Amino acid sequence: MMGLYLDEVEVGLAIELGSYTFTRENIIAFAQKYDPQYFHLDDEAAKRGPFGKLTASGWHTAAGWMKNFVAANHRAEAALRAAGREPVPVGPSPGFTNLVWHKPVCPGDTITYWTRVTGKRELATRPEWGMVFSISEGFNQNGELVYSFDGKVLSPRRPA
Amino acid sequence: MSDLLHYEDFHEGQVIDLGQYHVSADEIIDYAREFDPQDFHLNEEAGKSSVLGGLAASGWQVCAILVRMLTDAYVGKSAAMGSKGMDEVKWLKPVYAGETLTGHMTLLKKRVSSKRPEMGILSCRWELFNTQGEKKADMVGVSFMRVRQP
Repeated sequence: MMGLYLDEVEVGLAIELGSYTFTRENIIAFAQKYDPQYFHLDDEAAKRGPFGKLTASGWHTAAGWMKNFVAANHRAEAALRAAGREPVPVGPSPGFTNLVWHKPVCPGDTITYWTRVTGKRELATRPEWGMVFSISEGFNQNGELVYSFDGKVLSPRRPA
Repeated sequence: MSDLLHYEDFHEGQVIDLGQYHVSADEIIDYAREFDPQDFHLNEEAGKSSVLGGLAASGWQVCAILVRMLTDAYVGKSAAMGSKGMDEVKWLKPVYAGETLTGHMTLLKKRVSSKRPEMGILSCRWELFNTQGEKKADMVGVSFMRVRQP
């Protein structure tokens, strides 16, 4: 990740990935496509729903993280190229654990996303790859934690 | 509202079919442009030469597609109260452009919230397959469902 080999990714590294602003329009557009429940679609109906107001689909909050993670990787890769080095492509992810939507996300909220490297290891079965483990979080404009998950992503090892 | 499915209508071990969902190249590319603009989600050629082996959907889009499938299958006909999160999501194989997904939900456990007696907690496993029966994703999480008679 971030254009680096597994060997170079430092445990403890924390990166502010960027922000995503949720609007009534983008909340409803996402929900119409993927999560058409009334509390993601309609202000009036949402008042009688579980959150008492229109809220973003949790998978929209998740998508906002990915958008910023990809952008942060692209920035890091561009910086390496500018320094005369070819960046290492980020590998695929086998999944994640412990995803929590801590608080609802509503129109007008701007979520700032972070990721922090919590560990890494080599893979016995695939010597050219390793796994990087991370905790990712999203905070709203009041500094409240709204979203978190434990991620993992494959990263290439430096060729011997 | 009593015609909606409530907590009492679900039982442990229940399996609910999630129907089918066709994943087109256009839909993969549209999602990727907005949320996951990596080359192997944007372009057939780049997908083929990547570790994914073809134009494949963002894993986060696969989660979103699952939610659409389960909303159409049962959540949209229920007194659902949202979700707190997912315990574990495994992206087992890439979901390629042109594939049709099928799937099912298995209800692992149910209980009524001790703090909120009007709210039931359903622990669910959702599994997605292609039409050849290859398992693509395996997700375990929680969804909240209103109790008809608290």
